[in-house]
Amino acid sequence: MTLHSTEFSQKIRDPDQPLLKVEGLTKRYGPRIGCLDVSFDLYPGEVLGIVGESGSGKSTLLSCLAGHQRADLGRIAYDGRDVLGMSETERRRLGRTDWAFVHQNPRDGLRMGVSAGGNVGERLMAVGARHYGDIRDKAQDWLGRVEIASDRIDDRPSAFSGGMQQRLQIARNLVTGPRLVFMDEPTGGLDVSVQARLLDLLRGLVRDLGLSVIIVTHDLAVVRLLAHRLMVMKSGRVVEQGLTDQVLDDPQHAYTQLLVSSVLQV
Amino acid sequence: MIRVENLSKSFTLHNQGSAVIPVMAGAHLSIQPGECVGLTGQSGSGKSTLMRMVWGNYLAAGGSIMVGQTDVATAEPRQIIALRRHTLGYVSQFLRVVPRVPTLDVVAEPLLALGSPLADARAKAADLLQRLNIPERLWPLSPTTFSGGEQQRVNIARGFAHAYPALLLDEPTASLDAANREVVLTLIEEAKARGAAILGIFHDEGARARVCDRLVDVTGFTPKVAA
Repeated sequence: MTLHSTEFSQKIRDPDQPLLKVEGLTKRYGPRIGCLDVSFDLYPGEVLGIVGESGSGKSTLLSCLAGHQRADLGRIAYDGRDVLGMSETERRRLGRTDWAFVHQNPRDGLRMGVSAGGNVGERLMAVGARHYGDIRDKAQDWLGRVEIASDRIDDRPSAFSGGMQQRLQIARNLVTGPRLVFMDEPTGGLDVSVQARLLDLLRGLVRDLGLSVIIVTHDLAVVRLLAHRLMVMKSGRVVEQGLTDQVLDDPQHAYTQLLVSSVLQV
Repeated sequence: MIRVENLSKSFTLHNQGSAVIPVMAGAHLSIQPGECVGLTGQSGSGKSTLMRMVWGNYLAAGGSIMVGQTDVATAEPRQIIALRRHTLGYVSQFLRVVPRVPTLDVVAEPLLALGSPLADARAKAADLLQRLNIPERLWPLSPTTFSGGEQQRVNIARGFAHAYPALLLDEPTASLDAANREVVLTLIEEAKARGAAILGIFHDEGARARVCDRLVDVTGFTPKVAA
């Protein structure tokens, strides 16, 4: 396996090889467990939902996976490469090219003082794009894909609604053509109708670009519509995982049964 | 195409004193390509449970469920995902969709997931919606606001968009008027003619008599030992 790849080269995708392989991932905060002994495989084009209530360790797990926090134990292999053994430079580079991270609060993922076009273009420049016209065209194209009108390209995100900011964050993240996207409650702070539009957009992007996604949420309705597979966490441990509709319709673990039966019917 | 052998199922209710409720034992059936088998039995006898196990959203406790080359009872999630994409279709009684997505795209989606070009997928979707008498002015709207019968027909159109080799139909003619019922029965007959293996639940006896080649009474699969 070669370790060299240029950012924009089309990488060969073998759908039968996991894109991400996680084994025994553990993170402790002193005596407290962040996440414990988490293992799973993620295949190209798959959306994995991680659910659990606040404090279940789902966000800790996500930030360890994305390299925002360092895991204490375990292994993460991305496309055959050992992520935890990488140098910080290598990992950051991966974070700018092959990976993307969509934060719950768009303010954490956007530069609020820079125009919408600049937010998208900046990511391209970070991976070496230099031609202004190309960068602007590509930014324009991505704003269109996330349904932001072209006449808003020079506006700052602070002038956008919450839903628009979230779509801009997605455009900024996807413009470099990542293969793996981490999402932390991406529909969290949005109105229900804005959520629906974002879900539709995400589903289309996953399907058309063949993205692999790990999405953390407490919203079971969101994962039912978006995730192929589901992992249920409690107290830092994965208590159940499987096909999304199987876990929701025929939960096996006591905690999942409680979680599913606690959802209000609309 | 579909072969169920020695299938069993029980539910464990952890939050109700960990009661274990056996609901099925020794279930078996087989469906050849081009054949439609109807499940019968009283309400609560396990027709839907059996169908959900074949779909894979209910876990089997034991036995096997072969759909093509995949054993749904033991398959990995991603094998079931692939099976549902290519081989196994399901018309449930409920339409579950992302709100605000136009009806035309809801119906076209299974084809898009298989990589069909957008125009082809939409053309096929339009054809089915037309046949099922969903007025064209409704196609750009989300089906979440439609009447029960309209939603049922959108669900059917979606289920028949791709020519699945195996199909599960849960009350496909419920809440339909005579003309639309006729359309659905014709769709089922066409699917059989192209070689689809179909497992159905039909409370509508006339529909059952017309499209089913055989009936399987699930009462025979009720566990002998009372819970």
